[in-house]
Amino acid sequence: MTSPVDKPALNLSRIAIHAVLLLAVLLYLVPLVVMLLTSFKTPEDIGSGNLLSWPAAFTGIGWAKAWATVNGYFLNSILITVPAVLISTAIGALNGYVLSMWRFRGSQLFFGLLLFGCFLPFQTVLLPASFTLGKLGLASTTSGLVLVHVVYGLAFTTLFFRNYYVSIPEALVKAARLDGAGFFTIFGRIILPMSTPIIMVCLIWQFTQIWNDFLFGVVFSSGDSQPITVALNNLVNTSTGAKEYNVDMAAAMIAGLPTLLVYVIAGKYFVRGLTAGAVKG
Amino acid sequence: MATLELRNVHKTYGAGLPDTLKDIQLAIKDGEFLILVGPSGCGKSTLMNCIAGLESISGGAILIDDEDVSGMSPKDRDIAMVFQSYALYPTMNVRDNIAFGLKIRKMSQTAIDEEVARVAKLLQIEHLLGRKPGQLSGGQQQRVAMGRALARRPKIYLFDEPLSNLDAKLRVEMRTEIKLMHQRLKTTTVYVTHDQIEAMTLGDKVAVMKDGIIQQFGTPQQIYNDPANLFVASFIGSPPMNFIPVRLMKQDGRVLALLDSGQARCELPLGVAADELEGREIILGVRPEQISLGAAEGNGMPAIRAEVQVTEPTGPDLLVFVTLNQTKVCCRLAPDVACRVGDSLNLQFDPARVLLFDAGSGERLDLAASGTAIKDNVTRFKGR
Amino acid sequence: MTTATARLRASPLDALQRWLPKLVLAPSMFIVLVGFYGYILWTFVLSFTTSTFLPTYKWAGLAQYARLFDNDRWWVASKNLLLFGGLFIGITLAIGVFLAVLLDQRIRREGFIRTIYLYPMALSMIVTGTAWKWLLNPGMGLDKLLRDWGWEGFRLDWLIDPDRVVYCLVIAAVWQASGFIMAMFLAGLRGVDQSIIRAAQLDGASLPRIYWTVVLPSLRPVFFSSLMILAHIAIKSFDLVAAMTAGGPGYSSDLPAMFMYSFTFSRGQMGMGSASAILMLGAILAIIVPYLYSELRGKRHD
Repeated sequence: MTSPVDKPALNLSRIAIHAVLLLAVLLYLVPLVVMLLTSFKTPEDIGSGNLLSWPAAFTGIGWAKAWATVNGYFLNSILITVPAVLISTAIGALNGYVLSMWRFRGSQLFFGLLLFGCFLPFQTVLLPASFTLGKLGLASTTSGLVLVHVVYGLAFTTLFFRNYYVSIPEALVKAARLDGAGFFTIFGRIILPMSTPIIMVCLIWQFTQIWNDFLFGVVFSSGDSQPITVALNNLVNTSTGAKEYNVDMAAAMIAGLPTLLVYVIAGKYFVRGLTAGAVKG
Repeated sequence: MATLELRNVHKTYGAGLPDTLKDIQLAIKDGEFLILVGPSGCGKSTLMNCIAGLESISGGAILIDDEDVSGMSPKDRDIAMVFQSYALYPTMNVRDNIAFGLKIRKMSQTAIDEEVARVAKLLQIEHLLGRKPGQLSGGQQQRVAMGRALARRPKIYLFDEPLSNLDAKLRVEMRTEIKLMHQRLKTTTVYVTHDQIEAMTLGDKVAVMKDGIIQQFGTPQQIYNDPANLFVASFIGSPPMNFIPVRLMKQDGRVLALLDSGQARCELPLGVAADELEGREIILGVRPEQISLGAAEGNGMPAIRAEVQVTEPTGPDLLVFVTLNQTKVCCRLAPDVACRVGDSLNLQFDPARVLLFDAGSGERLDLAASGTAIKDNVTRFKGR
Repeated sequence: MTTATARLRASPLDALQRWLPKLVLAPSMFIVLVGFYGYILWTFVLSFTTSTFLPTYKWAGLAQYARLFDNDRWWVASKNLLLFGGLFIGITLAIGVFLAVLLDQRIRREGFIRTIYLYPMALSMIVTGTAWKWLLNPGMGLDKLLRDWGWEGFRLDWLIDPDRVVYCLVIAAVWQASGFIMAMFLAGLRGVDQSIIRAAQLDGASLPRIYWTVVLPSLRPVFFSSLMILAHIAIKSFDLVAAMTAGGPGYSSDLPAMFMYSFTFSRGQMGMGSASAILMLGAILAIIVPYLYSELRGKRHD
């Protein structure tokens, strides 16, 4: 309820607010725009123009060259990410189900111990994990990376499902038990059909985490088994030969596109995952 | 159809923790309606979960049709339950909610369809069968929850505060409906509530609980007229029983209780032997409707003049509050009694109907005439 | 829990049902005990050995920690962490809160704007690092752009300036995380009881004042969790350094996470690398333990 006298001033401040927000939008977009523009330029074009100069002619050679370099690693990332996401989400769902609906003595303690995994600096487990992968014969394989991502993703996936399931009334499980349903029947027929939102959150969270991972990739893989992030880093930071920034930027776009796409399509769940994982983590 | 018996049922959540249920003893006959009533935290819901098998008991035995089911899993006890939150499966429609238990028990599809149709007709929810629980009103959800229980035709129904999420009007309606349903189906039922009106109106037998102990077990009338202790007396009845601390006087071998309204005194003769009450602090229990307006000249019954402090007309009654022995006392009078604040009324007590409680223990004191009967109620099932 | 008097008639299937929850949780329990705590202990043990390229279990006492503290590069990395962490956390929080408050003014197209602010969070730090490495490229990046646009004297060569390279990391990290903090605070603002704002308006307070004195203080919990998450990101920051500077020039932009990696895996200093990892764990514990403690204590008061 503003008085008429206030109106012009108020409008002025609203214009200022909009201007600031819009400026911020542009600033946030600059790196993406620069990457795109650069990726479509020729090396000569890059040399003569500047970051935001329009390409003399749009060319796909940067993209073609980048794809030829990283496509194998892109595939590796898919081979690592898809199974790791699915397995860690499935285990997280079952864990969350037990930790919320079938508590037993010690299950709360276990949850506490697991929660710490959300904060664990992975540097403290890198060496033993690499010894273990070696012993298992999984060193430098994509399967090894799948295993590592499943293990160290459990903390978050379990947290997601557990926090979602504690808000489901326990009477539901009691009713189903009286109806004669057992542990897995209740999970499959009653709990899982209610879980679509949290499954989405968890899948998207795990997908971005694992796709974007660099530390595990660089430590536990080599050569042919490297994920795209490691390959991109190698490409960008090689000191041999002339720098081809168009290829670098195209490769960076290729590495970033899958998660960007997921974000654009399912941004709602992405944000919910970030804040849920963050606030409660 | 079944009998239910609880023998010395004991429940604790761990050594060192206080007992949640202590030595619960009760038995009901086939087709009876048992009410477990008490304030929240009294153990009534835990007891119900134990009967259902959702929680294990730490000692004692639960018998259904004289068979010990204590170690059985819930699904084998042939029990159905209606939950306070209804606990309808949110992703299934009403039909599937009702049919779920039947499917799990591998009933044939035609039999399931018949059963769902029967239950839906019984509860008049046929038009809702295709809907999801989220699309139903509270009352409709309540019916579906009952339908789910009815469909299995179990030996025993358990109701866990099924009406407490409904608004006042619907609650009264559903209460009558549950009673009708029980009269028709005559299935043994255990019903948990904290509402004493539900307890009085629905139950064949009522168990009043507090602190994991059954304070009294009996018919609603026994509970109302012969409460075993102060707690039961105060919990059942609305407006609640008046508790007046009294001083006792011995006179000619009789015992008199002194009442003082500030403007008058009265001696209420009690039918007890004098030495029995020697040196004890006594509380007099009088229900509001047992205080009546005395004739001005008196009719032999003890009466006392007291000043009206507040009046609350409820429609069918007029509640009048006076002060006796520095305690607020409620009297339930006929609505046509003309009285205003500040008036003095002549109030009469029937000495035969007042109750005496020991102020220290809260236990009801046996009046010579009716005392033994109460003892009986409390201990009836200990012998078995 | 056993029933004292019950004649147990439970079938084997029932018994299995009773054990199922524990069975289902067992693999995860194993993973947590071994893969989390066992491995931490293992690393802890390694930090007290003379391990170099291969793990050896010869007791070295605190020698690795002593070497670490004598190592100039470790000190650079630690100081960089303080500088990077401090600036990154401070600026990210400020921008995040600022944008959240502005966005909370019933802005049209808020959803779209929010999407733009938040998209960097979906990207890998490697991609972010690659992009900013190009943007900050001396001679070709923003450096040139602003000169082309007419700012003749403009110079931006921080990426190769040992004294300023950390600021480059800060810029990239702020770009990536500030939208996320904005989202957290915006969610917090949406949870603030609107009647508080109305009441303050009736008291005659101006809008900025209301935010500063009434609304933002009520978001203390959001503030603390943001602080903790950002600190956590800062301490774990490894990919960004790897992609942008690889710790250079020299080791002037090293961070502990980078230090740990290069000493453990490139330079064959397993013992010292483990010691640095344990110190990182210590730093994280020093942040989250008080946080969790106050969280849990707060919950108990509810």
